Amino acid sequence: MDEKLDAENQSDNLITRRYFLESISGGAIFIATAGGVVLTGQFLSPNVLREPSLRFKAGLVENYPPDSITLNKEQKVFIVRAKEGYFYSISAVCTHLGCIANWKSEEGIIACPCHGSKFNKEGKVIDGPAPRSLPRFIMTMDEHGQLVVDKGSIVGEEVILKV
Amino acid sequence: MKKIFDRLVRSQVWRSIFRHGLPESNRTRAEAIFFNFFFHLHPTKVRKRSIKFTYTWGLGGISFGLFIVLVITGALLMLYYRPSVPQAYGDMKDLQFVVSSGQFLRNMHRWAAHAMVAIVFLHMLRVFYTGSYRPPKEFNWVIGVILFVTTILLSYTGYLLPWDQLSFWGISVGTNMIRAMPFGIGEMISFLLLGGNIVGENALVRFYVLHCFIIPVAAILLMAIHFWRIRKDGGV
Repeated sequence: MDEKLDAENQSDNLITRRYFLESISGGAIFIATAGGVVLTGQFLSPNVLREPSLRFKAGLVENYPPDSITLNKEQKVFIVRAKEGYFYSISAVCTHLGCIANWKSEEGIIACPCHGSKFNKEGKVIDGPAPRSLPRFIMTMDEHGQLVVDKGSIVGEEVILKV
Repeated sequence: MKKIFDRLVRSQVWRSIFRHGLPESNRTRAEAIFFNFFFHLHPTKVRKRSIKFTYTWGLGGISFGLFIVLVITGALLMLYYRPSVPQAYGDMKDLQFVVSSGQFLRNMHRWAAHAMVAIVFLHMLRVFYTGSYRPPKEFNWVIGVILFVTTILLSYTGYLLPWDQLSFWGISVGTNMIRAMPFGIGEMISFLLLGGNIVGENALVRFYVLHCFIIPVAAILLMAIHFWRIRKDGGV
């Protein structure tokens, strides 16, 4: 009888009690660990961000003379009013590494102080390490005649605000 | 005097701490090393060539010494520094102008941090030039490279904490560099690192925790393995 049991225990295709319990407990530990990793990953990613709104009021049309480009430092946005009187707004955050670019009126370009990227008035890259043009944000006017810029929606070059 | 010493050595307290005789024979000399927590990393024998100062220039030891200085000064600075946007810059200025010896401790922390980066780099050069990365020590070289990276990361995460213009733009540029990684991996890492899309409150707290807890603990663990392996390979 004992010999028969031993032979059974040694055969390859038989699941022993030890192997069964090891698999169950090992599997449980694996599932718990995987769950822990997933939960920690979710924990690290915040669900609520108390960051400033991407939509802001930029003031009245009269504040911007035609053929001007104004940097809103707080919002990091250029409000541009063309010669013809229409408006558009472009990001002032350099597409290279995120510094704030400045308008150089004497050269007629937007230049980044960090690594020397240069953009034209439309935000197109002229020179330097910047990989992309400055994005253009949608501009609207609310019922009180206030200009509104939404940094959350990027639009193409053809989009302008006629006033 | 000798009598007092003899009584001390024979006392229960002494013998419970040092569970071997005085280092008078080869056996007890070895035991003095083996049974001491601070010495147990040491090999019992080292090559004469490797204890020559100009072989190692003591650079690894100096790196560790600077790490100890940084831990002590850092822990003291933590008593006055609060990692929040309204307070961080003011607390840093308080440390400079209001807290007794605050300026000294802050400068010591800063200079030791700069020195540690330089010394760790020189240590790496020394190991390279003496060929100490070769088998069987190649894995310890790998740990050393990771330790070099943790040193850089400690330096970088500490850079944000004063919350001045230099910090803010340093971290802005750095996280934008991470963002350049392809397939959205960069955006994901940058988002998790900053705890958001901008360098703000969440970013400051995250960098503080990384700087004061997570990276130092990782560094200490790696250092323990690094030193232990050096000793077992007969290094100094």
